[in-house]
Amino acid sequence: MTNPLIEFKNVELQFGEHLVLGGLSFAIQRGEIVCVVGPSGCGKTTALRVASGLIPPTRGEVLFDSAPVRAPRRDVAIVFQDYAKALLPWRTAAGNVSLALEAMNTPRATRAERIEGLLKRVGLPRHADKYPSQMSGGMQQRLQIARCLAQDPAALMMDEPFGALDAMTRQGLQDEMLDIARGAGATIFFVTHDLEEAIYLGDRVIGLLPHPGRIGIDLKIDLPRPRDQVATRENAEFLRLRRELYDFIHKAERGGAP
Amino acid sequence: MKVFRALLLPALLILLAEIGARLSGPSDAIAPPSAIAVALVGALADGSLLADTRDTLVSAFGGLALGAALGFVLGLLLGAAPTLDKLFELTIEVLRPIPSVAVIPVALVALGFGYRLEISIVAFACVWPLLVLTRAAVRSVEPRLIEVARALKLSPYDRIAKIVAPASLPRVFVAFRLAAGVSLVVAVTVEIAVNPSGLGNGVMTAGQALRPDLMLAYLVWIGLVGYALNASLVLAQARLFGRAAQAEAAR
Repeated sequence: MTNPLIEFKNVELQFGEHLVLGGLSFAIQRGEIVCVVGPSGCGKTTALRVASGLIPPTRGEVLFDSAPVRAPRRDVAIVFQDYAKALLPWRTAAGNVSLALEAMNTPRATRAERIEGLLKRVGLPRHADKYPSQMSGGMQQRLQIARCLAQDPAALMMDEPFGALDAMTRQGLQDEMLDIARGAGATIFFVTHDLEEAIYLGDRVIGLLPHPGRIGIDLKIDLPRPRDQVATRENAEFLRLRRELYDFIHKAERGGAP
Repeated sequence: MKVFRALLLPALLILLAEIGARLSGPSDAIAPPSAIAVALVGALADGSLLADTRDTLVSAFGGLALGAALGFVLGLLLGAAPTLDKLFELTIEVLRPIPSVAVIPVALVALGFGYRLEISIVAFACVWPLLVLTRAAVRSVEPRLIEVARALKLSPYDRIAKIVAPASLPRVFVAFRLAAGVSLVVAVTVEIAVNPSGLGNGVMTAGQALRPDLMLAYLVWIGLVGYALNASLVLAQARLFGRAAQAEAAR
């Protein structure tokens, strides 16, 4: 068995007196989609930011491809929840994707073609000249994903990427994301507060307990792929997992209260 | 209709001034608006007013360009690098309150009369609005965009050129408008105080020649030049930055 792509090794994070992460240890294999859920305050977003290299851990370390993560890497793309703030309002859709290509030093001559391909891949083929303010929330999040894909990432860090979208848009994007992930073979660390979303997308769902953030449950999701918004969600195993996770979160919320 | 409403008050004031000046008889200090208008047309026709305008604007724009560029670059640097800002803080806070008029004697000794004197004093006055407002604009750049820059590992130069500067530009332009107004005021001030050229000198000369009509014609003209300057910058701002900038400017 090859080494895992991302490995948390006893990661602790302290903000002043407050212990946010209390010794997280788990590994994410290459090509695996791991969803992290948990009640608010469990440090799921913080764990993602530590793994992305945006925050250094107080103790322990995160290994990426066996090397300790000390700063963000270009082959790890971060999809932020607040897509409107993460896009450059003064650049068009094409310009926003171009930012990542410029950062990667992609030759100018090949950029236009790559931008076109990326926008097509996220379902925005005819919107290259639009500014983010002229796009709906779903389109803006697609655009941010296109910019992340322009990094040719080995791993995608997604922080509640669909949390602010309406239910229909969210389901559409979930399926598109799974398509893209399957095509690219990317490893995905997906933070969400939506338990069904976690089961629907994940190969594994990790539930965190709050105060301090630590692993409470680690479920293997053995649902057939490709997944289907109707059939998968009616699958008996899906319903069993959903019940198990709901019970866990319910207990975590009560247990987590001071 | 809107134009009519905007012109109503000035027209009324001019009418009152005309009546008042005529009733009070001849004076060395004031002249009726009709006489001012005649003097204005005369000074425009013989070219003296336009030559003075050119001299003043060369100094004002020269100083504005120099001071604004310096203030913008310093503002970017100090806004982006808190350590540098700490280092410069005291120096800047001591220099900034010095009135630009107070710099005149120093500059006069160092540079003598002429454009260089006027341009350097205007530049001194224009550095501060750009520096302070650019620094504030840089600090208030959306933190998420800074994280995007970090995530993409942009070089420090690219981070400023591609993220920080464009994000701050609408607010920097507001500072530039402010500085443009300051540049005209300071240029005319320097001309009235020492430098024998431009519109400020024209006001002084006309006053000393006991020509209140011409003196006031100069004042009216300075007002019109300032109005045109600001109006063209407002237009440029709307063109460049659209709705967001207009909302900003209205504050």
